[in-house]
Amino acid sequence: MSISAHNLVWGVRHKTIVADVSLSVAPGETLGLIGPNGSGKSSLLRLLAGLKQPLSGRVEILGQDIARVPRRTLARQVAFVQQNAATDTNVSVRDVVRLGRTPHRSALSGWSAADEAVVSAALERVDMTGHRAQAWQTLSGGERQRVHIARALAQSPQVMFLDEPTNHLDIHHQIEILRMVRDLDLTSIVALHDLNLAAMFCDRIVVLKAGAVVDCGTPDAVLTETLLRDVFRVNAEVCAGPIPCQTHIRFKAA
Amino acid sequence: MSIADDKEAGAGWLAIFLGLALIVLAVAVALAAAIGDYSIGVGTVFLAVTNGLGLTAADIPPIEQSVVWDLRLSRALVAALAGAGLAICGAILQALLRNALAEPFVLGVSAGASTGAVAVIVLGIGAGSVSLSMGAFAGAFAAFAMVALLSNGATSGPNHTILAGVAASQLFNALTSYIVTTSGNAQQARDVMFWLLGSFGGVRWPDFQLLVVVVFVGLAICLLMSRSLDAFTFGDEDAAALGVPVARIRLILFGVTAMITATIVSMVGTIGFVGLVVPHAARYVVGPMHLRLLPACAAVGAIFLVLADIASRVVAEQQTIPIGVVTAMVGVPFFAIILYRARPQQ
Ligand SMILES: Nc1ncnc2c1ncn2[C@@H]1O[C@H](COP(=O)(O)OP(=O)(O)O)[C@@H](O)[C@H]1O
Ligand SMILES: [Mg+2]
Repeated sequence: MSISAHNLVWGVRHKTIVADVSLSVAPGETLGLIGPNGSGKSSLLRLLAGLKQPLSGRVEILGQDIARVPRRTLARQVAFVQQNAATDTNVSVRDVVRLGRTPHRSALSGWSAADEAVVSAALERVDMTGHRAQAWQTLSGGERQRVHIARALAQSPQVMFLDEPTNHLDIHHQIEILRMVRDLDLTSIVALHDLNLAAMFCDRIVVLKAGAVVDCGTPDAVLTETLLRDVFRVNAEVCAGPIPCQTHIRFKAA
Repeated sequence: MSIADDKEAGAGWLAIFLGLALIVLAVAVALAAAIGDYSIGVGTVFLAVTNGLGLTAADIPPIEQSVVWDLRLSRALVAALAGAGLAICGAILQALLRNALAEPFVLGVSAGASTGAVAVIVLGIGAGSVSLSMGAFAGAFAAFAMVALLSNGATSGPNHTILAGVAASQLFNALTSYIVTTSGNAQQARDVMFWLLGSFGGVRWPDFQLLVVVVFVGLAICLLMSRSLDAFTFGDEDAAALGVPVARIRLILFGVTAMITATIVSMVGTIGFVGLVVPHAARYVVGPMHLRLLPACAAVGAIFLVLADIASRVVAEQQTIPIGVVTAMVGVPFFAIILYRARPQQ
């Protein structure tokens, strides 16, 4: 297993936010994480990436207990794309993507041709090469998101966590980014709101409700009309497509 | 956007900038040694310096030798180091606290230093065995310790740390005022005020020797951590995701800045403005990445304070204006130009 979580519990005073979550993701798999607002998706991703310490339970990534791995070692293997990262510093797009090389560079090593190649390739993948000299502050929301994904790619990770990466993106780039994540040779967990996109691009889906896993499986197994009503409180019609992974959800007004 | 942004050959640009800055600094120090109530020719200054270094044994009047070497050169070099140190501290705190208004004194160090100094001058604590500088240094560290305690070793986030600094500053400023108003006489209060606004008056070679070690060791540590500092651009959690041991780096860098600031304050008082403004000016020229920003800050800060010190001695005849007054008067117009040129394009 690339990622496995065992009985993760996390919360704040008087409130459990992640309740006994266990899951595992195979190498190369793309796992979708869905659930209503406040169901604990972001919190769970932070626990999995080692950015928060669980109250109990443990996470293994590539066979190592992440609580025992130094931060820098972990950052060479695991990248995290935050939901909304912002800064007031006047940095250029290239500077931001270069930050992705941080865990691979020692304090005194210079900027190598290999580093530059990784950064260029990452910018190219998210279609932002033309913006490399632009100030980050002046980018649109969707462009910022793509730059952050490029930065995560520049970390050359084997495991990637993405927290609602398609927010702010136009439909073309939503599909492009998710296709890229799926086709990349890495294991990823993606929190998503768009259930149809989750159905299209995820190998498996985990459904969270109030911090607990409600269901887990392939999109057509998980995305049923009953589940949508119970978890998301919507009435919907689920049409199984002619080919697998073409499950389509049509929401009804009442 | 900074000027250096489109330059792929960033290292070359920085080398040129630092080379120029060193030349300007050398000229400024030479001027500082030549200019004063007793004006001395540049040729004599040069010989006095080489004499002092033991390179020559030129025959110049002993009084001029002494004024240049013992008084003005040490003073100019301390000014340069203080400017460099304050600018570096400002840049680091602005990055760690993610606040453009952060400066070396946000963590309460200057307030603590003044309380320590006042305790020595006015209350006579230590009964002559403790110097004003030692009192100031102890006070500065007491304030820093309080901030570190209130912010869980500076791990509870930028705004929390800034608020802890505000609390410490308020407390120590109140203590200072209390001591001055209840037990100080008018002359002592005036002395304290003057010291608080900064002065290079009393500095000599031993001050230089201490400061050169503190500033260069501090700069070296900061440069080693400059990559980690860059990673704080998008916040603490993001830095952690990039592999930075956030809590440790923050504590080390806060400690280094407190050490540098406390040493400077205990020698020359609270010199404002440099630590706030020089990092912004330097960022405008070399960009926000710290491996380049920190040396640039050191160079610009050094030049700025040497020039400000010259100005403080020549503006008013027979009188020395507090250096803090000059830094603001010289610095604000200069900064206004940068602000104007760097304004966001609407
Ligand atoms: N540090 C915190 N303190 C208190 N409540 C929190 C904290 N972090 C998250 N929560 C709460 O936990 C719930 C889950 O949050 P989150 O993981 O961000 O959900 P999601 O990403 O699924 O929308 C929310 O109700 C949120 O308000
Ligand atoms: Mg979320």
